[in-house]
Amino acid sequence: MKYICFGYLDVQPWTKLSDSERSAMIDQCFAYDDVLKKNGNWAGGEGLQGPDSAASLRYRDGKVEVTDGPFAETKEILGGLLMLEARDLNHAIQLLSQHPGVKMGPWEIRPVQDLTPMIRASQERRAAATRK
Amino acid sequence: MAVPELVEALYRSESRRILATLIRLLGDFEAAEDALHEAFRAALEQWPTEGVPEHPRAWLVSAGRFKAIDRLRRSVGRELPLQEALEPAAAPPSGWEQEDDAGLADDQLRLIFTCCHPALPPEARTALTLREVCGLTTEEIARAYLTAPAALAQRIVRAKTRIRDDRIPYEVPSAEELPARRDAVLKVIYLVFNEGYSASSGESLTRPDLSGEALRLGRLLLNLLPDPEVQGLLALMLLQESRRRARATPDGDLVLLEDQDRSLWDQALIAEGLGLVDQALAGPRPGPYGLQAAIAAAHAQAPSTGRTDWAQIAGLYGLLARLLPTPVVKLNQAVAVAMHEGPEAGLALIDALLTVGALDGYPLIHAARADLCRRLGRVAEARTSYQQALRLTNQAPERRFLERRLGELH
Repeated sequence: MKYICFGYLDVQPWTKLSDSERSAMIDQCFAYDDVLKKNGNWAGGEGLQGPDSAASLRYRDGKVEVTDGPFAETKEILGGLLMLEARDLNHAIQLLSQHPGVKMGPWEIRPVQDLTPMIRASQERRAAATRK
Repeated sequence: MAVPELVEALYRSESRRILATLIRLLGDFEAAEDALHEAFRAALEQWPTEGVPEHPRAWLVSAGRFKAIDRLRRSVGRELPLQEALEPAAAPPSGWEQEDDAGLADDQLRLIFTCCHPALPPEARTALTLREVCGLTTEEIARAYLTAPAALAQRIVRAKTRIRDDRIPYEVPSAEELPARRDAVLKVIYLVFNEGYSASSGESLTRPDLSGEALRLGRLLLNLLPDPEVQGLLALMLLQESRRRARATPDGDLVLLEDQDRSLWDQALIAEGLGLVDQALAGPRPGPYGLQAAIAAAHAQAPSTGRTDWAQIAGLYGLLARLLPTPVVKLNQAVAVAMHEGPEAGLALIDALLTVGALDGYPLIHAARADLCRRLGRVAEARTSYQQALRLTNQAPERRFLERRLGELH
């Protein structure tokens, strides 16, 4: 079962760390990522650039509108995604609890939805529509 | 069989036993779970080139143990309990690979007793047992109990923390403690069964998956701990399970015992249950599960409600009420007496219970009272009691049943 973990960064404490503290934290995170990879629990992951680099799309009045942001008005920003391969939710919790990143802000664990049946049903609907 | 399929099959059949042994060796649930997954991972990597070992289970236990030691050596800031467990030997003692089945059975018993430990909250005991002993996933348990997965996950996390922090020992209880601790385990298994047999809420009357797990647990426990009350519980569950197909209409409505099509009863389950009842009652003092199984057996052997040995059933309830003087047992005794001696005798016992106020909020006592009043032709009283029962139940099929009965009164 795959779980996508959304890691948030508590901005204030992070900016207060010294350079060496920050490096140590980063090293611990990558070292644990290696453990996850070695044990087959790593199913992917990416860090994110800051919210000031983001673009938001919104469909409004028949058009797509682009805005920048969302900005870091909140004290927590989405900092990265990690995809876990785990037996169940408790296993995912156990794996993520050991990640040093949990010390830097809250994480949200979401099981991935298997879209295969939905895709198959949609393909059938579209195929039937073409036949008509 | 190709290695990935073999490993998959081994995971299904052996992972719970290997986990039970790893918890003993490592002294920590979470470390054991990590080690278990790492061991299976190692099997997937190594067996294709090195060949499948002669004793795969022993290999997996050994690999899990070494993985845990390895992890401990490299770990940064992991808590202590592991260290203590690993101190004596870095390598497994020689000859342990041949560890006999009795040793492994003990580990499984340790796991069951720990998951059902009285220091844990009752809901945590069922969740932990279903996950660690039966191998259900958190999501499956949450679905079976109609709970949010996160809430259930939290329950399991807390229970494991409790086991670690309170240093709940990983052991089979001593002879003096055994009866009480055994009863705690039986209670967990029976709760799981009942949730599957008579779901406490929701649209559907039964959830066969949970009953199936309870039966599996009962059989496992009987294997590990042959004991009259374990036999009694397994017999009771088998005999109730035998009626599942007759217990509800295709639309999911409840069918009372007296109206059930007895040809739908599962004769194989009945035969297995009856055999166990005989064993459970062989001793000098049958326990509550043995007596309840004997009552279920009397029903299972009757060709119809009319040709049921109600005298025997009323007598068995009398014995049971002495061991378990609960209002629910007395209510059942009253119903059996009503069948044996007539509705009036039963109604007197039910009214005595209601006078004490013990079961005012229990829908079944009002339904039973309504039924006896109906048989006595006391329509107005029957109506009041059916209405009272309706006010107290949330289960959709039971509500439909009561409404139907209410509609039939005139």
